Amino acid sequence: MANGTTTVNEKSFYQQSTNKYSGILSWLLTTDHKRIGIMYGVTILFFFLVGVILGVLMRLELMAPGKTIVDAQTYNSLFTLHGVIMIFLFIIPGLPAIFGNFFLPIQIGARDVAFPRLNLLSYYIYVAGALLALLAVILPGGAIDTGWTFYIPYSIRSNTNVSLPLLAAFVLGFSSILTGLNFITTVHRMRAPGMTFFKMPLFVWATYATAWIQIIATPVIGITIVLVILERLFGVGIFDPALGGDPILFQHLFWIYSHPAVYIMILPAMGVVSEIIPTFARRTIFGYKAIAISSLAIAFVGYLVWAHHMFTSGMSDTARWIFSLLTFIVALPSGVKIFNWVATMYKGSIDPKPPFLWVMSFIFLFSIGGLTGLVLGSLATDIHVHDTYFVVAHFHFVMFGGTGTIFFAAIHYWFPKMFGRLYNDKLATLGVLGFFIGFMLLYFPKFIMGYMGMPRRYYDYLPEFASLQLISTIGSWVLAATIFFIVGYLIHALFKGPKAGSNPWGGVTLEWHIQSPPTMENFKEIPKITHEPYDFSQLKEMKNEYS
Amino acid sequence: MHEENSKHNHHIGYGTYVLVWLALLAFTSITVTVAGVSLGEYTLFVALSIAAIKSALVINIFMHIKFDEKIFKVFLLISGFTLLVIFILTFFDFIYR
Repeated sequence: MANGTTTVNEKSFYQQSTNKYSGILSWLLTTDHKRIGIMYGVTILFFFLVGVILGVLMRLELMAPGKTIVDAQTYNSLFTLHGVIMIFLFIIPGLPAIFGNFFLPIQIGARDVAFPRLNLLSYYIYVAGALLALLAVILPGGAIDTGWTFYIPYSIRSNTNVSLPLLAAFVLGFSSILTGLNFITTVHRMRAPGMTFFKMPLFVWATYATAWIQIIATPVIGITIVLVILERLFGVGIFDPALGGDPILFQHLFWIYSHPAVYIMILPAMGVVSEIIPTFARRTIFGYKAIAISSLAIAFVGYLVWAHHMFTSGMSDTARWIFSLLTFIVALPSGVKIFNWVATMYKGSIDPKPPFLWVMSFIFLFSIGGLTGLVLGSLATDIHVHDTYFVVAHFHFVMFGGTGTIFFAAIHYWFPKMFGRLYNDKLATLGVLGFFIGFMLLYFPKFIMGYMGMPRRYYDYLPEFASLQLISTIGSWVLAATIFFIVGYLIHALFKGPKAGSNPWGGVTLEWHIQSPPTMENFKEIPKITHEPYDFSQLKEMKNEYS
Repeated sequence: MHEENSKHNHHIGYGTYVLVWLALLAFTSITVTVAGVSLGEYTLFVALSIAAIKSALVINIFMHIKFDEKIFKVFLLISGFTLLVIFILTFFDFIYR
């Protein structure tokens, strides 16, 4: 890397503000991408923990057959809110908004994103959307009970507050679009000299591909939501079959967004994996271009598979086999990534630090999630397991075992850089272990129950499911306890942890060339990029830079 | 780029804008008229074609894409292509149901 990039022992971005204010206002009115990333972090983590608590309550209700802690209506609201919060407030914005904001500009050698004020606006739009969603819970009428998919015709008939959470999703969509717009422009216009597209770190590639999905797909859900609200308020009859509408059209429109949204959730996670594995295997990534291009391929093919959510909805047979075929194609670029990651570790010098362990856990859980996805993507087997716990298990393995696990991997990987402190490795290793055990106990029985015929979203169940339901509930306690344990030791490390150097893991992408935590402008001088992103021969030079 | 834009603004002129506006109005009235005629299976095709021409006019002239950098055209083509694919795939359900 060029001289002059390294900054050590200068005022960090915590000590220097982008505006004239100090204290809380210096945060609330900041345009610094790092501060905005951290504000997202605090807010998203809060909603994640709310979602976790709702999930635990659901599992408590299902611990034994019949009524356990809540009535059926409350249970319907619980799983809807759990879904809406986890999807729209945690997992969609999670990685891009927190780590994309913080690290995308640094990794391409920029001082900030292309539109810093728009970035702050995106944050406030996110907060406004989140508040609307919460407001819908408090207002009379009751919390929404349609499931997070808002399927027609029930979402038109339900007497609970449906329009307000829909409006919240609409508003949150704008935050997502603006963040995507910002990232695409940043990648195109703000790269440091020498940072060609094929020298960008793979997290940047993944976030870039994600940004495209955010921009192209999100407007579709926006329009759909407006149509549902119009339908509820004025009975326009676009979706409601009683008025001559087509409920399957709603499912098409909903999944035209929501399936690509699945890739909004997983692609940045795959980017994080591509960062962590080379760092802890001390080896350049295997198949850099293949991984980069596969991100774009996933982003594109992700648009072609949405109707695999609708095999039993009554759509045409032709559409069913076409979408089934296309679904199998999306397994290819995902496979490209998995095999390249594993090949990167081959003959590497592996240092199993906590971020790496999280990634190992991810590869295991995500592979199970991915392969069971093929069971669901096949027309015949889908009929058997459709709308059962099998689907619930599948998407929790993919989304929580995938993106959720990597959310923690990313926190553990970049924590020293973001906060300049180290956490306790032993506690963190315990955290990975507890998470894995809790996760498997909670979600694996759902595959079995689903295969046996336990439908999803049911308040009650037959006695033959009782023991598996109980195991699942016990798993939820282990998992939730571990999550609070992780949050606990991280908060402790934030204040009491030993100081982290610039490069505690021996990474070579640009963020490891600057001090921890970074300065307000990231780089003294904009670096000139001369190396490939994962060229570990730089480590020697970097040591000289610091000395 | 700013200079380029202002040059092109000058280049287009009010006359073209008014013409495009009139064309849009004409296409809208065609859409409304055609809606009352039974074209059978071609109904959607005709409606979508008219809509496509209208958007092309708006994008090229009003949004200045015709005179802008190539990268914007590429971006728009990618989005437009995705939309087209989504339409075609949806029709595999709609037509064969």
